[in-house]
Amino acid sequence: MQIEVLFFGSLKDITGEASLLLADAKDTDTVQEQLQKRYPALAAAKYFTALNKEMITANKTLREGDTVALMPPFSGG
Amino acid sequence: MEKLERYNRQMILPGFGTAAQEKLQAASVLVVGAGGLGCPVLQYLSAAGVGTIGIVDGDSVSLSNLHRQVLYRESDIGLNKAKSAAEHLQQLNSETEYKIYPYALMHANALDIIAAFDMVVDATDNFAARYTINDACVLLNKPFVYGAVSGYEGQLSFFNLPAAGENTITYRDLFPVPPAAHEIPNCAEAGVLGTLPGLIGTLQANEAIKYLTGIGELLHGRLLTIDLLTGKQFEMKLTASANKGPVTKEQFIETGDEIFCDTGEDIEEISIAEFLQMKEKENVFVLDVREKKEYPPIDFSDAQIPMSELKEQIYSLPEKEICIICHQGIRSIYAAQLIRNLRGLPVYSVRGGLTAYFNQQP
Repeated sequence: MQIEVLFFGSLKDITGEASLLLADAKDTDTVQEQLQKRYPALAAAKYFTALNKEMITANKTLREGDTVALMPPFSGG
Repeated sequence: MEKLERYNRQMILPGFGTAAQEKLQAASVLVVGAGGLGCPVLQYLSAAGVGTIGIVDGDSVSLSNLHRQVLYRESDIGLNKAKSAAEHLQQLNSETEYKIYPYALMHANALDIIAAFDMVVDATDNFAARYTINDACVLLNKPFVYGAVSGYEGQLSFFNLPAAGENTITYRDLFPVPPAAHEIPNCAEAGVLGTLPGLIGTLQANEAIKYLTGIGELLHGRLLTIDLLTGKQFEMKLTASANKGPVTKEQFIETGDEIFCDTGEDIEEISIAEFLQMKEKENVFVLDVREKKEYPPIDFSDAQIPMSELKEQIYSLPEKEICIICHQGIRSIYAAQLIRNLRGLPVYSVRGGLTAYFNQQP
C-alpha cells in the first residue's frame, strides 16, 4: 500500500522536499511516527493534518492512494 | 453620473449591477496591516468603491518595504503607513472615507476599533496580531478574511462567517493556541517575493468584495494554499472545533499582547560534568524529552515526556529545577523554553545531550 505525504510552508525546510511516498502506514498516526523517525525536528513543529484534502482531528485508517497533507501555520504578510 | 462612469466596468458584469455597487458604497471594512498584503487590499477595495475603509498600522515605511508594498513611494520613507496609505488612496478614490489608526492593534484597543466596521481583513505579519483579530472578531461576531505568506507559499480563507452559525470556522479551529517560541523557525525577517503578498492580498480584497456584495462562493470552510514556484494550488476542507478563544470581552482585554520571539538564547546549558552533580540533588528533576522509541533507554531520568507531548503534559512536572536531556541537546533547549514560558520553573539544557553523556561515560 502506498500513500503520498505533502509538506507545506516551513515544514519543507525540515523535510527538504515537498512530498514523499510511504509504503507501510496503516493509519495517520503511523504516518506521524514514521515521519518523526525520519525527521526528528518534525516532533517539535506545529501543524495540522488533512487526509484527502479534508482536515482531520483524530487518527484515520489509510487506503491505497490516499494523500496526507501537513500544514503548518503561516504568519508572514 | 460620475459614479456610473467610475464603476461602469464592474457594474456591467452579470450579477453585479447597481445593487452590488450600492452595497459596496454602504459598506465599511477595517484593514489591519498596511504592508505587503494590506497594500493591494486597500488599493482594490478603494478602487472598487467601498464607502468606508479603516487602516490600522503603527509602522513606518522603510526602503526595504518598497519591493512589495507597492502603494508607497520613496518620498514616504519614514512616514507612518496608515497615514501615508490614506493619502495615496484619497487620490485614487476621493469618494471613500478613510479612518486612520496609526498604531498597532492590541487587546486593549481591538474591540473598540473593530466594532465600528462591517468586516475585517487580516493583512498582518505576525501571530500575536492574527490571534488578536481572530478573537476580537469572534467576540463581536464580525467576519474576516485571512491571508498569510510563508516562503514562496501563500494562503487564504474566510473566517467567522455569521451566516454559518455553529459551523463557522475560525483561525483557532486550525491552530487552537498561538505557537510557542520553539514552534516558529525564527522570528527574524523572512524573505518574500513582492508578487506573493500582491497576489494573496488581491485575493483577500476579492473575498471581501464577494462577501459585501453577496456574489459568488466564499472561501469559508476552505483553506486555499498557493505555491508561486510551481503555480500549484491546494485547497482543503476545514473542520469546526470547540476552540474559540476568550469567551468574554473582559477575558479578551486582559489577555497580554504576547511576545512570541523567544529565541532561547538565554537558556542555561550545562556540561555533562555539571549534569552529573546536579542530578544527585533532591530538588532537581531530570526530564528526558526524546520520543518513546528512541534508543537507548536510560535509567537516570525522573520522567520521559516526548517533545511532541510536552505541551499537553506540562502540568505533570513537579515544582523543581528541571534538567532536560535529549539526543543531542537541541530539542532540550526548545523544551526548556516551553517549560520556562508555561510553568516559569528554573530550566537547564544538557549540552550535547545523551551523545555527549555516553561519550564521557564509557
